[in-house]
Amino acid sequence: MTQVKMTVNGKTASGDVEGRTLLAQFLRDDQGLTGTHVGCDTSQCGACVVHVNGQAVKACTMLAIEADGATVDTIEGQANADGSLNVIQQAFQDHHGLQCGFCTPGMVMSAAALLKDNPKPTEAEVRHYLDGNICRCTGYHNIVKAIMAASGQDVSAIAAE
Amino acid sequence: MYNFDVERPTSIADAVQAMSKEEAQPISGGQTLIPTLKARLAAPSVLVSLTGIEEMKGVCMSDDGRLCIGGGTTHSAVAAEAAAHYPGLASVAARIGDPAVRNRGTIGGSLANNDPSACYPAAALGSGATIVTNSREIAADDYFLGMFTTALEEGEIVTEVKFPIPQASHYEKFIQPASRFPLVAVFVAKFSDGVRVAVTGASNDGVFRWTEAEEALSANFSADAVAGLKAEGDMISDLHGTAEYRAHLVGVMTKRAVAAIA
Repeated sequence: MTQVKMTVNGKTASGDVEGRTLLAQFLRDDQGLTGTHVGCDTSQCGACVVHVNGQAVKACTMLAIEADGATVDTIEGQANADGSLNVIQQAFQDHHGLQCGFCTPGMVMSAAALLKDNPKPTEAEVRHYLDGNICRCTGYHNIVKAIMAASGQDVSAIAAE
Repeated sequence: MYNFDVERPTSIADAVQAMSKEEAQPISGGQTLIPTLKARLAAPSVLVSLTGIEEMKGVCMSDDGRLCIGGGTTHSAVAAEAAAHYPGLASVAARIGDPAVRNRGTIGGSLANNDPSACYPAAALGSGATIVTNSREIAADDYFLGMFTTALEEGEIVTEVKFPIPQASHYEKFIQPASRFPLVAVFVAKFSDGVRVAVTGASNDGVFRWTEAEEALSANFSADAVAGLKAEGDMISDLHGTAEYRAHLVGVMTKRAVAAIA
């Protein structure tokens, strides 16, 4: 076992991990942060997307040891300081950007990564960026709409669901 | 996944030292290796992580006009940092996998793995790049030896890749949407002394140069020049496409790549 220490959602998180322990396992099983979902466990679906040092990565395809010393942000750290939903989360609620909700943590984290680099993406850019996030309910229209709305753009003209 | 120890060297020298351990395996971004370990298709006793080696990261121009990319540079970093120097290569990097995969996967890892459907082998072979390791330099023409097979020796690490910059280039990729790998993709690079055409995803022998198309395009750089040509070779046949279909796609992708440049 190796001790790892990282900053998760602004707080120090440490624990003992095996070489094979995945970041997703460390977050969920060791830290109790079960908002990071593991859908496919083969880096296809994106339900496990978190940010490591500000970049979106699939937590099911990164070793926890590799995140030693890193800054990790998960869905649990996305809400505003007063506990209210942040702009992206609120937009997902307002535009019905989720059905069963399983993919939502990964969608929100990918959306946050996109909007950080590209604050006003086109609809095509949003869809392209979500290449690695799969919604089993196929509710993509409203997810795209929510992200466009979160970027402050008018979504009234976006194709209806 | 069977368990393993993880070493995290911070220099190439320390990584080479760590690789001398029995059953040691280098891991870069791990976007192929971790799924492989999960499937128990590999069971190393020690993983030597290359992600903490700063001297293996980054993009720069060499004095002789080549673009040099550290082996540990992620696809997203290449997409951003190579764009001003070699847009055709940056475009390859920008279309690998998906954004989260591009933030972890590295050029050195891709070239060391040499997946028969990977994107970077086509760009490296099509550009006539030089693969630099901890012990030598290998021309791309001598490096790719078949499916998942390269000229790398046991314990040898890709530390850098040097790309000559063509006058124009284009990577045309027919994507297999489930895997996000190309079903077939073609990298065309037009240099002052000739054209190089590299094909990935099509052959059981891995990435290859389509020399007939290179000759035709070097004489006449237009999509029509390759119209009558048919790629030969031991093409992959699977549920996504027959060998004949892939051979046909090689021609179509080449024509589209040339049309995008010309």
